[in-house]
This record gives sequence, structure tokens and C-alpha cells, in this order.
Amino acid sequence: MRWGIQAALGMLLAPLLLGVITRTKAFFAGRCGAPLLQPYYDLAKLLGKGAVYSRTTSWVFRAGPVVGLAAMLMALAFMPAGGAVSPFAFAGDMLFVAGLLGLTRFFTILAALDTGSAFEGMGASREAQFSALAEPALLLGLAVLAKQSGELSLSGVMQGISASSWGVVGPELVLVSAALLIVFLTENARIPVDDPNTHLELTMIHEVMVLDHGGPDFAFILYGSAIKLWILGTLLVGLLVPVRTGNAWIDGGAFAGGMLALSVTTGVIESTMARLRLVRVPHLLVGAIALSTLALILVLR
Amino acid sequence: MNLLLFGITLLVAGGSAALLARRSSWLGAGSAVLGCAAGLIGAVRALAAGASESWRLAWEIPGGSFAVELDALSAFFLIPILGLSALAAIYGVGYLDSWRGKKALGPVWFFTNTLIASMAMVVIARNGLLFLVAWEVMALASFFLVGFEHEKPAVREAAWVYFVAGHFGTAFLIVFFLLLGREAGSLDFEGFDRVAPAMSAPLFLMALVGFGTKAGFMPLHVWLPDAHPAAPSHVSALMSGVMIKTGIYGLVRALTFLGAPPPWWGWTLIGVGLVSGVLGVLFALAQHDLKRLLAYHSVENIGIIALGAGVGVLGQAAGSPALAFFGWAGALLHVVNHALFKGLLFLGAGSVLHATGTREMDHLGGLLKRMPVTGVTFLIGAAAISGLPPLNGFVSEFLILLGAFSGACSKSASTAVPVLVTIGGLALISGLAAACFTKAFGVVFLGEPRGEHAHHAHEAGLAMRIPMVLLAAACFAVGLLAPAVLRFMAPAVKQVSGVDFAGSPSSRPAIAWGAAAFLTVVGGLALVRRRLLAGRTVGETVTWDCGYARPGPRMQYTSSSFAQPLTDLFATFLRTRRTQSPPSGYFPRNASYATETPDVCREGLFRNAFLGGAWVLGKLGWLQQGRVHLYVLYIALTLLALLMWSLR
Amino acid sequence: MSLLIESAMVLLVLTNLTLLGLSRLRSCIRVVAVQGIVLGLLPLAAHADDLAPRIILLAGGTVALKGFVFPWMLLRALRVANVRHEVEPIVGYTLSIVIGIAGFGMSLWVGSRLTIPGAAAPPLVLPVALFTILVGLFVIVSRRKALTQVLGYLVLENGMYAFGIVLVGEIPMLVELGVLLDVFVAVLVMGIAIYHISREYDHIDVDELDALRG
Repeated sequence: MRWGIQAALGMLLAPLLLGVITRTKAFFAGRCGAPLLQPYYDLAKLLGKGAVYSRTTSWVFRAGPVVGLAAMLMALAFMPAGGAVSPFAFAGDMLFVAGLLGLTRFFTILAALDTGSAFEGMGASREAQFSALAEPALLLGLAVLAKQSGELSLSGVMQGISASSWGVVGPELVLVSAALLIVFLTENARIPVDDPNTHLELTMIHEVMVLDHGGPDFAFILYGSAIKLWILGTLLVGLLVPVRTGNAWIDGGAFAGGMLALSVTTGVIESTMARLRLVRVPHLLVGAIALSTLALILVLR
Repeated sequence: MNLLLFGITLLVAGGSAALLARRSSWLGAGSAVLGCAAGLIGAVRALAAGASESWRLAWEIPGGSFAVELDALSAFFLIPILGLSALAAIYGVGYLDSWRGKKALGPVWFFTNTLIASMAMVVIARNGLLFLVAWEVMALASFFLVGFEHEKPAVREAAWVYFVAGHFGTAFLIVFFLLLGREAGSLDFEGFDRVAPAMSAPLFLMALVGFGTKAGFMPLHVWLPDAHPAAPSHVSALMSGVMIKTGIYGLVRALTFLGAPPPWWGWTLIGVGLVSGVLGVLFALAQHDLKRLLAYHSVENIGIIALGAGVGVLGQAAGSPALAFFGWAGALLHVVNHALFKGLLFLGAGSVLHATGTREMDHLGGLLKRMPVTGVTFLIGAAAISGLPPLNGFVSEFLILLGAFSGACSKSASTAVPVLVTIGGLALISGLAAACFTKAFGVVFLGEPRGEHAHHAHEAGLAMRIPMVLLAAACFAVGLLAPAVLRFMAPAVKQVSGVDFAGSPSSRPAIAWGAAAFLTVVGGLALVRRRLLAGRTVGETVTWDCGYARPGPRMQYTSSSFAQPLTDLFATFLRTRRTQSPPSGYFPRNASYATETPDVCREGLFRNAFLGGAWVLGKLGWLQQGRVHLYVLYIALTLLALLMWSLR
Repeated sequence: MSLLIESAMVLLVLTNLTLLGLSRLRSCIRVVAVQGIVLGLLPLAAHADDLAPRIILLAGGTVALKGFVFPWMLLRALRVANVRHEVEPIVGYTLSIVIGIAGFGMSLWVGSRLTIPGAAAPPLVLPVALFTILVGLFVIVSRRKALTQVLGYLVLENGMYAFGIVLVGEIPMLVELGVLLDVFVAVLVMGIAIYHISREYDHIDVDELDALRG
């Protein structure tokens, strides 16, 4: 029951995170910025439109957004949030979620290549490169959490990490959080890896891949990436705000506060950091792998 | 058992008869399908019953006996071997059609059927000599099949490299069996488990090299990227899908002889798996020949199997049933899965080659519209080999990773560190594999045709389409029915790992319903999308290219440009060669750019070793005088020396 | 308490790895400065219950020298020498990090095997000290610039300093001061040498020094 509310809230509130991030960036830039609910207006507008497709494209292009959104909704079903345990949890569901993230990426890349556009090919190539490097960082980080909590399901892991674990293995958890933050920024196409606001196709990664999508398809993609933000955010917040009192209001409130803080932090990072040169991004990701590995070595010690 | 032996006999008889019918494929293919079907029924029944049946015939050869046995492990390996062989034979009828009248097809079917029969014999043989004979027949049959287009020099070279590599491995195996036979007193497998513990380490290494050459462990894989593309595509599918698995079978069988494994065997297997997996996928990424790319992926998948086996062996050594079960179950299931999707992908590549006449990916493009069935099945295979849910590849990688995760929870560092390596390595491999197969599928099937070849492509014939569709369906089936598949293969896993299915932690039903639920959500969203678009204007136009009005096919990203960031990142390992003449001047013309990624092991390691060997042996050239009486003298002197040495 | 030391150790490891991954000389110097400060504060953490003035003095001296004086001198040398501000590694950054991680695993293993008689050090200190020494050596070997060589020596010395904390628990002040003085002189001499080399030869690339042999 509690989990059902959480999941419904996740589906409902995920686009709000994007609004918070944009608002934070606007604040730093000294603008008043778009309304907090702008992502919802965008989704509503796009869902009401028709579509235009390139003659080059095939059904793969049309299937991409559908498969991507379905995978993200499916992954959301396994996420424990705010102390609520997913009823679908099973040993190894973290691998399933990682697989679903991979599936989304696979179809996004293919949809981009389907247009035959040089720019989308470029974005696809970069996405393939960066996500291949982000995957070990994610899985090694999850292995640390599994080891620390002795559980193999995300819900079990989140129950197993509490405020007291920070007292025991604090440094290791800091390392994992840092690695997961890098994965979070990479997977969600954020600065310093990718700039969601850039207007030059040559410099984009994720945005350029979905350049040719429009109407409901694009709405699916936007909503899917909002949910992706929510999923990876849940992981990070569950780790960084380990409030597990058992009281639904306290836990849920702490979680909501954590998500809000994470969105603001993302906005701050985006406002204060410059984007890395593309050739430097792999160094950042290898750094994330190094952090996860280090944490794993330390907890295995 | 009887059905299986009947099937093998049918295969041999049909193959021999096909030699006479030089023009038609039907005799060879028909007997192959019937023989495989008969054998398959036998194998499935044996695995389901879980009991083993043996049969023995006296054989005049000293040390040899015609001893065969069908136990769970043999039956488990027979299923992909015979299943894929039957489908490949059907495909071959369509594929070889274009050579009718140009080449004699009888020998092709003779060697194909012999190859299938010998693979089956390798798996059921229970005598060292019989095993080696079957092994050798298998190598020879596939050698002739690789040399099918022997008028091309590159094909001849590939075949010879394969020949030499195969015998390099066999040399180790002969010593392996002789040592085992000396320990046990006979060459029959029955007594092989009485090996002295001191001998088990050298025997393990011998098996690793001997069987590893056939399986394609790095750096013993050098024959593989040349030989697999050179063979006709249905034979490539057989070789890549199941023939190299006989190497895995041999290794697994050898492990059952050698008693309780020490942990360092697990470390070795994980190390070998990591190197094969990561370097295999990296070299695949750097290729732009479709079949060569697939061949390198076989090295990668063999690496994944070795990782799983390593985790399983570690579990056995550490006495952890979860680790042993998940590792071995993942490894064995990946054997089947790889047979399914690699067979499918090679058949798909064969259709592309058949339709366009080229394997060069950078000349292809837009084939999904021209070859819808091949395209869809290739996409399913590509997603499966990338280890994505809800397909079969995900299930086996999931099991291996689950084993590794549960191993990470163990205390001892000797288990934990290799397990860490497995997790990181497997994650990197699957990420890179996804990159590689988005490249392969995207460049070949999506976008616009990049050259004349692809413009006039046509869908493959019915005989070629049916096997591909069946294999794609099997990829889905294993993904969706994972718990049932695991229960079915439980006797084989138990035989290898010593862990019963019932005693292992259960999370397997969950991935099956997860996969089913996911497909439902996809269907639901597709309906929503359809409803949303119904009655609205859906237009068509050109691809948006930043305001440029006439985007052309030559502007598309090619396979080389797609892979370039990754190949640059790993340039230390790949050593890609570039030949370029960049455009210069105000009106540049004739600019060109080409990359080639030759095999580092072959270029760096084996070429130098063989050149060194040739140099040393060249120094002995003075022995060769060309006079017969001198040679007789050599023989006599050698015999004399040996006699004195033995009498000393 | 032990969490404090452990955090400091993790910070040391991180600074080491960062040093391997950085391309700018200026950032490298800053990272080594941070490492020096962490290391300087380590005796305070180790003896938090009885803070003798001697220890405070030692910590203050170390932090001042390693955290501020050395970096200042090196930054000055960098400014005066007027060279390209890139490290120019012989081994690439990514590979360096991977080697670093492997090195850390190795030092953990060695640290678990090595028992030092009579010393009851917190668990991580010994392997991290070893690792720091290894990284110092690796930086010396795998980087071209003379300035990175100095940084390598500094990191090497940091590792030995950490080792000292393990070995003796309470370091005789005189010995420690002697070591610090040694390094101080070394950095001074190197700094002056770099300055002069760059003035004479227009670069501080050690590879080019082999032209000086007879």
C-alpha cells in the first residue's frame, strides 16, 4: 500500500524534478525562469500533437520511445523509496533494473541511427561510449551496497543501509555515493558530461539523439527520462538520507526532502561547473569506476 | 541412446550418399535434419529422465574401445549441437542455392554431415582414443568447409591457420589423454577420476590450452576471426555457435575427472575469461567486416562462459553452493544461449551477404526495409547477445552476476577479489557489446543504403527465413521460460557443480515474470501511442540535418566513425592501422581514409614465434641433403640411439 | 576516532589517484598540498585523547611546510619556468588510474601479510602508506617533467611519513624534523635547479637532459 503510493507519486512527480533543476539554474543565472510545472505543460502539449517522421526511418524509430518508456516504468516498479519496500523485489532485481536501463539506451541509440542523420549518429556514438563506461561504475557500486547490507534486492539493500552504517563504513559509502552521483549525471545527460540546454547539435549527446522525434513520441521520451532521473535519484537519496524509522510520514518526508535537495544540487552543479571536453569525459567515468572499485576493495577487506 | 546412435548413423550415411548427388542439396540436408531430429529426441529424453545410458563395442585398436555414454552433461551439450545443426542444414539449402552449377555441392554436405556427426561423437565418447578420433574428424571436416571458396587466397590462408591452430591444440590433448591413461591404466573415461592429486594441476593446464584452442580463449583464438568468416554462413553459424563449444565441453568434462578444484583454477578461468571477454569485444568493435565482427564476439562470449565457469569453480573450492550453482548454471546456460543468438546472427549475416554480396558494413545500410524478416530476427539476436532483458542472453549473464554478487558477500579475500573482477569485467563487456551491436544493426539495417550493394538487396528465401525465425523465437522463449529451462537443465548443472537445483536460493521465477510484464507494458504503451496518433496528421519528410536541405546517405555515420571514440580510448590494445590521404588545397580531391585492425596476438605473438621457429629450424637445413641413403642413415642412427637409451 | 583515521586514509588514497588522473601541473601541485595537509593533521587524529604541545607543534609545522611552503615554491617555479602546464605523461591518465587501483589492491595484500612487531596501527594505515610510496615512485617513473619528479619525491616522502606513524606511534621529534628538513632542502634545490635548467634550456623536460652526458 505504502509502496503503491510511493510509486504513483514517482510517476506523478518525476517531471517536477526537471522543473526544480531548471528553476535552480534560472536562479543562478539571475532570471526568473520557467514555471516549476513547465515540464508538465510540455508533456501535455506534445501528447496533443500529431507527428512527422523522416522518410528514412523504419518501425525501429517508432518503437524506440515506447520501449524506452516501458523499460523505465518497469524499473520504477522495483525501486524502494522513502522506506517503502517494493512488493516485486527479488534477489538480483538491481541487475534487472540495470538491464532495463541498458535496453532503453539500446533502443534510443538505434532510433537515432535509424534517421541516417550524421548528427544523430554522432550523439549515438557518444552515448554508446559513455554508457559502456558508466555501467561498471554502477554495478560495482551496487555490489558495494549488496555486500554492506548482505542483500541482493534493491529493497533489501535500502533497508540494510541505515544511519548506523554511516558510522561503520562512512568513507566507503561516501566513495560509492560519489561514483553513483557521476553515474546519475552521466545517465541523465547532465553537466559536466552533457549539457541538456545546448543549442548546437555538434556538442549534444542525448538531445541530438532525439532530434527527429516529435509529438507523443517525444513526450514518451521526455517522460521516460524524467522517470530515469527519479529512479537513479531514488538510489542516491536512499543512500545519502538513510532515515528508516518505520514511520511512513517521517521516512517519506525525508525522502521527498532528499529528492528536492538532489534536484537543487544538480542545478547548482550545472550552474557552477563547465562542461568537460568530450575527450575528458571518459577520464571522469574511469574515475567513477575507480571510486566504486576502491569502495569495494575497502568493504571486502 | 539408440535414437541418438541411429541419428548419427543416418548423418554419416546421408552425407556419404550426398557425395554421389553432386547437384542437389536435398539428400544431404534431409538426412541432416532427420538425423539431428532423431538424436535431439534421444538427448531431450535422456536429460529429462536424468539417468545415463552407456553402450560399448570392442574395437581392435590397442587402447581404444568404442565406449559411448549419454549422461546429463552429454545430453545437455547435444541439444544445442543437434538443434542448431538441423536449422543450419535447412538454411544451407537456400544459401547454397546460388552456387548450384558453379560448385559441387555434394562434398559440402558430406563434410557438413560429418562435422555434425563428429561433434555428437565427441560429446558422447567415453574413450580417450575414440574422443581424439572424433575430435580430429571434426577438425578435418570443418577445415574443408572453411576452404569452401578455396579459389580465394585469403580463404586458403584462413583454412591453413585453422588447420595449424587445431593441431596445436590437439597436441596438448594427446598428451593430456596419455597422461590420464597412464594414471588410470586404460584410456576409458571410467577410470580417469582416479588421478593422483599431484598430477591434477598440469592436467588442468594441459586441458585449458588444448580445449581452449578450440574454444577460442585469448590468445589462442587467432584462427577464429579468419576461419569463421571464410566458411559458408550456415557453417559459420555451426562453427561459431556449437563447434567451439565442444572445447568448453572438453574442459568441463576434464574438470569432472580432476577432483576437487583448488581456488587458483577459478582464478585462472576468471582471468582467461576477462581477457577473452574484454579484448574480444574490443576487437569486434574495431571491425567493419560483419562476419569478422561476429567471430570476435564468439571470443567474447567464450570469455563470459569462462567467467561463469570460474565463478562456479571458485564456489566449489570455497564450499559455497550458491556461488557454484549460479556460476555453473550461468556458464552452461550461456553455452546454449550463445548457440541460439550467435547461430541466428551468423545466419542473418549470411542473408545479408547473400543479398548484397558484401560483408563490408560501411557499404550497407537501410536493409531493414528491404529485408524485414532478416532485420527483425537480427535485431532480436543483437539485443540478446548484448545481454538485455527480456531475452535469453540476459538470463545467463544475470545468473553469473548473481553468483558473483553473492560471492562478494563472502568473507575470504581469495573469493572476493576474483568476484570483484568478474562484476566489473562483465559490466564492461556487456556495455561494450551493446555499443558494438547497436553499431552492427544500426549501420547495416538502419538509415539509408551507403552503396549500390545495398540498394538492390532482396529478402532471403523461405528455407533461409524459417531457421532465423525459429532461433529468434527460441531467444524469446528461453528469456520468458527461464525457470523451466533451468529446472530442465538442473541434472547437468548438478553433475558439474555438485549442487542440486532445489538447494539454491530462488529468484529465477522473478526474471521470467519481469520479462513477461515488461512485454505487456510495451504492448500497452504501443496501444496508447496508436490511440493518441489516430485521427491526427502524421506527416513524412526528410531527416532534419540542421537546416541543410539535402541530406545524403554518404553523410551518415559509418561503423568506423561510430566506434571511433571507443577504439581511440582503447587504442593501446587495439593498434588500429590508419592509411589516409587527407584533403588539401582549396579544391581537394581524392581524399581517402581507411582503418584496419589486425589481430594483435597474431601479429605480435604468433608471427614472431613462428618466424623465430622458422629461423631456428632453418639453421638445421644442412641436414637436408636430398640423398635417400643419407636419410636412411639418419633413421638407422636414431633407432640405434633410442635402443641404447632404452637399454641403458 | 578510528573512523576519523580511516577517512583520512581514504582521502590519502583519493589524492593519490587524483594525482594520477590530473593533466595540469598546477592542479597536481594543489593535490599534493591537500595530501600534505591531511597527513600533517594525522598525528592530531591519532593522539586526539592526549594532545601534547609537541604534537600540535609537529602537526602545525608539517601542515605549514607540506601544505603551503612547498606548493608555493613549486607554483613559483612553475610560473618562473614558463613552460606548458601539462603533465605530458609517458603512461596515459586512464591507464595510470587503473594501475593505481591495481597497486592499491596489491598494497592491501602486502599490508595484510606484513606484520610489524610492536606496532598497533589502525588497520588501513600500513597499506595506504605503502600505496602512497608506490604512487610516488610511479609518478617519478611515468611523468616527463622535472616538476612532476619533485612532486613524486614529495608523495614518496608523504608515504614514508605515514609509515613512520605506524612504526613508532610517537615519532621522535628530532628524526621527524630532520626528515622534513631534508625534503625542504631537496625541494629548494630542485626548485632552483628547475629554474636554472629552464633558463638555460627553455624547458624542464627531463628526457632532454640525456643530452648532457659526456
